[in-house]
Amino acid sequence: MNDILLNIIEKYRKKNGNIIFLLQETQEALGYIPKQAIDLFSEELNIAPSRIYGVATFYSQFRLKPTGKNIIVACCGTACHVKGAEKIINGLRKGLELAEDEDTTPDGEFTLEEIACLGTCSFAPVVLVNSAVYGKANINALLKKIGSKRKKSA
Amino acid sequence: MHKEIVIRVCMGPGGIAAGGKEVLGSFREHLLKAGIFAKLKEKCSSHQVGCLGLCARDVLVEVHINRNKTVYQYVKPDMVERIVSEHISGGKPVEEWLADDTFKTFYGKQMKIVLADCGKVDPEDINSYIYSGGYEPTREVLTSWIPDDVIDEIKTSGLRGRGGAGFPTGLKWELARRSKSEIKYIICNADEGDPGAFMDRAVIEGNPHSVIEGMIIGAFAIGSNKGYVYIRAEYPLAVERLKIALKQAYERRFLGKNIFNTSFSFDIDIKLGAGAFVCGEETALIASIEGQRGMPRPKPPFPISKGLWQRPTVINNVETLANIPYIIRKGAGWYSSFGTEKSKGTKVFALTGKIRNTGLIEVPMGISLREIIYEIGGGIEGGKALKAVQTGGPSGGCIPASMLDLNVDYESLAKAGSIVGSGGMIVLDEDNCMVNMAKYFIQFTQAESCGKCVPCRVGTKRLLEILERITKGQGRDGDIERLERLCNGVKNTSLCGLGQTAPNPILSTIRYFREEYETHIRDKKCPAKVCKDLLIYSIIEEKCKGCGTCMKACPSGAITGDKKKPHKIDPNKCIRCGACFDVCKFKSVGRD
Amino acid sequence: MIKLTIDGKLIEVPAEKTILEAARIAGISIPTLCHHPKLTPFGGCRLCIVEVKGIPRLVTSCTTTVSEGMEVLTSTPDIEDMRKFVLELILSDHPNDCMVCEKSGSCALQELAYKYDIRENEFSGERRIYTKRDGNPFIERDLEKCIMCGRCVKVCDEVQGVEAIDFGNRGFNTKICTSFEEDLDCEFCGQCVAVCPTGALTGKLWAHTGRLDDVKEVNTICPYCGTGCNITVHVKDNEIIRVTSGKETWNEGWLCVKGRFGYKFVSSPERLTKPLIRIVPKTKGKPEVRSQKSEVKKQKEDNFLPITHYSSLFREASWDEALDHVAAKLKEIKTKYGPDAIAGLSSARCTNEENYIFQKFIRAAIGTNNVDHCARL
Repeated sequence: MNDILLNIIEKYRKKNGNIIFLLQETQEALGYIPKQAIDLFSEELNIAPSRIYGVATFYSQFRLKPTGKNIIVACCGTACHVKGAEKIINGLRKGLELAEDEDTTPDGEFTLEEIACLGTCSFAPVVLVNSAVYGKANINALLKKIGSKRKKSA
Repeated sequence: MHKEIVIRVCMGPGGIAAGGKEVLGSFREHLLKAGIFAKLKEKCSSHQVGCLGLCARDVLVEVHINRNKTVYQYVKPDMVERIVSEHISGGKPVEEWLADDTFKTFYGKQMKIVLADCGKVDPEDINSYIYSGGYEPTREVLTSWIPDDVIDEIKTSGLRGRGGAGFPTGLKWELARRSKSEIKYIICNADEGDPGAFMDRAVIEGNPHSVIEGMIIGAFAIGSNKGYVYIRAEYPLAVERLKIALKQAYERRFLGKNIFNTSFSFDIDIKLGAGAFVCGEETALIASIEGQRGMPRPKPPFPISKGLWQRPTVINNVETLANIPYIIRKGAGWYSSFGTEKSKGTKVFALTGKIRNTGLIEVPMGISLREIIYEIGGGIEGGKALKAVQTGGPSGGCIPASMLDLNVDYESLAKAGSIVGSGGMIVLDEDNCMVNMAKYFIQFTQAESCGKCVPCRVGTKRLLEILERITKGQGRDGDIERLERLCNGVKNTSLCGLGQTAPNPILSTIRYFREEYETHIRDKKCPAKVCKDLLIYSIIEEKCKGCGTCMKACPSGAITGDKKKPHKIDPNKCIRCGACFDVCKFKSVGRD
Repeated sequence: MIKLTIDGKLIEVPAEKTILEAARIAGISIPTLCHHPKLTPFGGCRLCIVEVKGIPRLVTSCTTTVSEGMEVLTSTPDIEDMRKFVLELILSDHPNDCMVCEKSGSCALQELAYKYDIRENEFSGERRIYTKRDGNPFIERDLEKCIMCGRCVKVCDEVQGVEAIDFGNRGFNTKICTSFEEDLDCEFCGQCVAVCPTGALTGKLWAHTGRLDDVKEVNTICPYCGTGCNITVHVKDNEIIRVTSGKETWNEGWLCVKGRFGYKFVSSPERLTKPLIRIVPKTKGKPEVRSQKSEVKKQKEDNFLPITHYSSLFREASWDEALDHVAAKLKEIKTKYGPDAIAGLSSARCTNEENYIFQKFIRAAIGTNNVDHCARL
């Protein structure tokens, strides 16, 4: 992991980047932002860790915990809301057996994320499963799809 | 006889979601199989284009044979073989798959400037844009105009910021030009955060060079040599296409040093947003580009005098910039011939919600809501009654059905308690609860508040709490007045636009749908039957066949009953999920 | 200079001054919570809003600079209404425990709530609840009382240059925190405590020792080093219970961890109160005179040094005797080995004047240049 992070630091120095860039690159490479990364950046680049943490917790893109193998993104945009996104999300939470305040299943298979708007409002409600778009989503069909993924990986 | 064949597959946000990539692949495969590529050599091209507009019918495919256009709707990959064999080879269009008449009315009332080339040019090929006249305005401006000419032209055109506030673009440029500084910046705000708006995404995905051109011309006008595009990371395709477009523009030397052999140099960098709605606000956007938490700072000083790294900075929205090359190309007079006295030109709206023709539309300012909804939009889905139109997203308001003849322009919408905003237009029907809509928007702004100033951080939370209790049947006397006082305070004391406009959805729904609030508070009922805690489910005995489907579907074991005899719902066990209501084939579950 | 009117009063202030600064120069008070004169403006508490002719919205006076001919109103019924509204919101997310709050009586929020007469809160709702207590030894962080004014973040960055804390999360959940919300691990200078307008940051040593009643404030100079920071010691029952420093002092109210939190030594029983002269035992066995009681006791407890240890053999003496003793010994050495056999090392805890006298003494009276100061080590 250290090598990856040092590479990112190199890139940062070359590109005259900023904290957001560091964090985006880290998440791209590791899937999340471990504490180790923040500590290393702080040491190498002389940026206070509190500042990096502040940026990391401000933007909803950044995750401080590892995600599941499959990422399900439910759109909560207005059009999706009007067309019943809440039902879809509740259904997904139930179907995935997510504990309250958790967005990743205990087996580490699925992470459910909510996003403000994907910009595909014509297909509301929209759900992304590992970046494949499911427009006009139907909760039962979705759960079936997800169930099959779980079986495959089991 | 040589046939010239062009096949355009919509790869806008909607097209891709509906499988545009697969359709395009299928076309290439079948055309190759049929030997059409070989026979017609270069004359046949099948390519991806940006948004064709009517996303509801995606995947849309245009087949041009010797410039005769035929449009297919709802195309799936397995339909392609027949289109190729019967239409392209055989010359007979597949009638049953053609786009129908509503398709024509959809385009009839539209006036396309920004979207004119979306759906025509290949966004990943700069030549395609150049052939359609692209970069000619830049060349003309850079080689034979002075900056003040550009500013005058844009001022005369009457173009106003399309991001929300509607500040005159020419004036903004003029103020930035007058700011004394060696270094100035121009930023393209592509952090389209309004839920329910996707025109910026469509423009960048469909015609990225128009935005780049707008930036070059703007930079020349204000005297800047460095620009940034601040774009949402949630739009990977737009980012990708923008990167390709920038690379090609650099290769053609439309960007970089001494553009068109003039002394003018200009560079553009991409900065990815990281998911914060507030970063659409100018000063927060600047903080974000600087790599900080996106917390706005008070204005004045305005970015035009102290912006990015304390330098004068102009921030323009995607759609605003995309208008620029067309204004230069066709003249300010032409542009200002569209629209109303104070709102010139056209505006792109994302028409969504309970409407038949959902999609991206571009209309002249001043068009009536009625025309948009009933002519372009084809009316309400499923024959339901129109209730309201929400415009301007979380900063906007709801306009009731009774005001359908309202003109859509900055002033009229503001007067009606809403805003043009970035152009989200969500159609609501009788099944939508207005209190719930207000709650939805405040939930959004509350979650997106940066937390810096008190009224937004705490005020939006309190607004949400009150709306939550109203929709749960725990509304109290005086809650409407309490909401109004809170709204008024938050509006007047918040630091930035997010907080200042956050109460709009509540204020406008109270203004037009006060009884609906009262019914929720007083009678503990939701007339639209949306607020789940206010619903009571029961089985209508006469209709129930005792099939047991609802019993199986009920997650809380609230339904009991013997086979072939009417079932019963135990209201104490019922969690009001509506599963029984959804599954009953005999409509024997009542909801009240 | 810029001429403007505030509440009808014509005043002249240098350009770049903010409306708030101009008003204060003119003796007009505007309520604030997030503003601090030594820190960059923030504009978050919204209390300092004023009306400026020609600007449709109320503006924050702490961030708006003055301009020629500006006409400002600092108080109208509308403005006061909005201020009260904002205060009500702040208080709706604040523990109502002034009775036991360390800050009571010197709390800016309490003072404003009093001024605006806020009793009932129309907007009461969910309040942030944080159960984690920071384990550091000096600074009590009660984040439920934090009003997110950002002064602590700014002072830590702009004055102290440490950046131990920053804003974390966003919206209602915004919180001042360290990286990953770990316990504070900084210099503990306590500047953050000094600038906190509420009871969110207080000294751990202060807890339950006294607030206002029977507390005497004594202005003095910090004894720790030659910098000579002005401090105010808060004394109750002849015991120091708190040390603060006023904004108007030459050190601008800034102190270090020693000056701010290192005051316990004053009443420590281990402190030397009389000179001691070391006695060299001639024979092995019990010392004739025991060293200070407490030290002996401590040594016994710690089992640290045997009571017969050479270094612990002291006897109490008067100042005259002690000084005579030192003078005699120095003279003896000087006569026997020459002045260069003597060196002087002075202390950073002395004042400049004292250090000056000390080097003068070593150079002129002893006659050697062997003189140095601990701060150079």
